[in-house]
This record gives sequence, C-alpha cells and structure tokens, in this order.
Amino acid sequence: MSSMLPATPYAETAPLIKVHPLTVRITHWLNATAILIMVASGWRIYNASPLFDFKFPNNLTLGGWLAGALQWHFAAMWLLAINGVVYLAYGFFSGHYRRQLLPITLKSLLREIANTVRGRLSHAVGAYNPVQRTAYLGVIAMIMLVVLSGLVMWKPIQMQSLGVLLGGYEGARLVHFFTMTGIVVFVVIHVVMVMLVPRTFIPMWTGRVRNPGKRI
Amino acid sequence: MKRWRGIESDSVECSKTERRFLERRLLLKGALSVGALGLLTGCNITNQESVRKTLWTMSRWNDRIQAALFDPNRLAPTYPDSAITRPFPFNAFYDEDEAPVVEAEPYRLELSGLIRDRRPWSLRELNALPQTTQITRHVCVEGWSAIGKWSGVTFRTFLERVGADLNAKYVGFKCADDYYTSIDMATALHPQTQMTLRYDGQILPRSYGFPMKLRIPTKLGFKNPKHIMAIYVTNMYPGGYWEDKGYNWFAGL
Repeated sequence: MSSMLPATPYAETAPLIKVHPLTVRITHWLNATAILIMVASGWRIYNASPLFDFKFPNNLTLGGWLAGALQWHFAAMWLLAINGVVYLAYGFFSGHYRRQLLPITLKSLLREIANTVRGRLSHAVGAYNPVQRTAYLGVIAMIMLVVLSGLVMWKPIQMQSLGVLLGGYEGARLVHFFTMTGIVVFVVIHVVMVMLVPRTFIPMWTGRVRNPGKRI
Repeated sequence: MKRWRGIESDSVECSKTERRFLERRLLLKGALSVGALGLLTGCNITNQESVRKTLWTMSRWNDRIQAALFDPNRLAPTYPDSAITRPFPFNAFYDEDEAPVVEAEPYRLELSGLIRDRRPWSLRELNALPQTTQITRHVCVEGWSAIGKWSGVTFRTFLERVGADLNAKYVGFKCADDYYTSIDMATALHPQTQMTLRYDGQILPRSYGFPMKLRIPTKLGFKNPKHIMAIYVTNMYPGGYWEDKGYNWFAGL
C-alpha cells in the first residue's frame, strides 16, 4: 500500500494514497506534544543548576519555576514513555519499520547524501529515502536514550545497574543533555523540511495524499 | 547540474499546487505561532487551576509509583574518602550565615506521635548510641550532586529503641530554621537512613545541620532535614516546606 509509486503527472483525479497509518499519526502528534513539554520544562530544570556556562531563556521554558517545571516533566514523561512503547510495538509487530525504515545500506545513504547536496531530493510519496530513514531511526534511538538516561537520573539508586552503563548519575546527566540537544536539532531540521515541502504537512493529519511521487 | 529551487516552480501546471503550498505554509506558520505562544505563556498555563490540579494529581501518582519502585534492601553506592567533594556545598532557602544557632547543652530532641517512649533526648545520649559512617552521593533537586561523609545513629536503631510504631505511614521532622519535612516509614527503616551527628569526622557544623540532621542517601537533598528539633510518627500526611510548594513528596532516588 505504501510502496514506491511510478512518477505520474499531478492530477486532481489521482487516487488517494494512504501514506501514514492511523497509529503512526496519533503517536506522532502525541509524541510531538510530549517532546515539546519535556524540552520546555527540561530547560527550566537545567537552569536551576546549569551543566555548562549558559542558561536557556526563561520565556522559552515551561513551569514558571523549578517545582512547576519538575511537575510538568514528571507528568509528561508518562505520555512520552507510554506513547513511545505503543509506537515501538506497533512499528515492530506491524512490519512498519521493516517496510518503511529498513534497509539502509551505506551505499544508498551516501548516494542520497550526494543527491541532497546537489539539490536533488528524492520525494517518492509513501516511501522514505535513505537520509530520511537514517534521521528517523536516529531520532527514535535518541528518544530511547533520553528516556533511559532520564530514568537513571530519576532513580540512580533503584536503577543503578542501568546507571553503570551510562556513567552513573553525573554521566546520565550529560547523556540526557546531549540526547536532548540531538532531538532538538532533529526537530528543527524536521520542521524546516516540512516548511520547504508543505504538502507533507496535511497527510500527517489525514494520512492520505493525492499527489503521486516525483522528484523535485 | 540541476539546482534545487525550493518551492519555486517553472511549470504552469503546478501553479495550483504552488498556491496550496503557500496556503499550507501559512497554516503551518499559524500552528507554530500558537505553539510558540503556548510556550511563552508557560507560567500562565501552569497557573490555570485545572492544569495545576492535574499536575498535583500526577505528582501524587508518582509518589505511589516511587514507593512501589523503592527496594528497602537496595543500598546507595558508597565511595572512598578520596571521592568526597571539597568543600561540600551549602544549600538552604537562606544564606549560610543565616543558618540557625542551636546550643548543644539545652538541646533536647522532642518526640511525639505514635512513639511509646516519648522522653526527650540530649546530644550526649544520642552520641552514646552505636555510630555508623557512610560516604554517599547527595543529589539535589536542582540537578547537581556531591559526595560527603556522614556519621551517626542508624535511624532504624533509634526508632526501635524509642518504640515507634513501625507500621505507621510517616515520620515527620520539625527543624530550628522552621523547615519541616516528612518521609515514608519504609525509607525511615532503610539501613542507610541515619541520624547524623558528625560530618567528615568533625562534630556536625552549623552549616550542615548542627546539632542533628537526617541523612537519607535514597532521597533528594531537600528530604534530608537539618537542625532537627522534633520527630513525630503519624498516619496523617504531614507534607513539607518544599513539598507544599510543589516539589514531589516521595523524591526517592
């Protein structure tokens, strides 16, 4: 249903193609909400005791003060984690990952990066190119790591065996910060890409697209 | 080589599509602005009554989850002398020179609530109980952590000695600086929970909680009350200075 389609000229009569399954759309927007809350409240928590020589502007943060930010952070973590588990289980068992995100070969990735640099983005409707596949798998991995390092910071004693893998409490703090940074960089690029190719925005809500694929 | 042209198009056929692009781009911009507005008014969102109630409910839910996650036999990691953070940071809701002055001799630790023997304790009597030492990590709710060396009486030993009801839910603390907090009984009975009388081999300094503080390596720093004047055992939720302002009550590590 979501395989590569032959490039045909745009037409109003072109059939609606389902590009994003319902579960993916719901979990995507819940995840976007959770990430927004976690990052905005997390920046406020960071400001209480900055790891590095800078603070985040308070008007970009959530919670008003440390306790408020912590309440947001430890409430939205349930949304992030439960929604994430649902998404991973769906992607794994439905074959979504196998079909949409794999395989990525080094050769195809390098070719796509070269295409991207030359301004030839491959945009087949319903199929992700190797750069997209790498970015999506990368952000999934980073969200998993940000959750694991968050667990170690939350429960450094109850989860000390997991903590050992991440360098204990202080190590997990650094991992948590840098994975957050990676996720924010992903989100910025992701949003910029949607602004550059706005016809990808509505299908993330409706799941359907009329315009069959072509290279631009 | 073809250059990438963004959303521009030289094809007449695409003009309709292009218009849609622009409409959708405006829509997207609108959506993003609403998101940004939401963030900018973050404190106002938090102050809304329904949001506030939901967040407090979630915090109480997290108390229950943490009590279930708490393993009464799992020990906090301990460290060698060389790992001690020097100087160990002072932290309170006031400056270091405003720390309360408690005189050693008239000091009597008061006991109340579900305790059989509620006679007050002097420092001399507390010092006569068996002493233990721990070098553990203190984790602050703000995010920083520091390793320190605390000596004193295992709290469980004391609670058993005075005949506290070990099936009660809470142990509460009242402090000389008007600070107050409370902990769950399971944590009170944890083998590393300590009535601290010494820091790094010296009599507990005023900055670190003279004459006595509670050292709980399995909880965040604000759950480690200093300058303790009274201890009580109860089944009524006692809250705490920071907890009543919004910090999570269980605050377990």
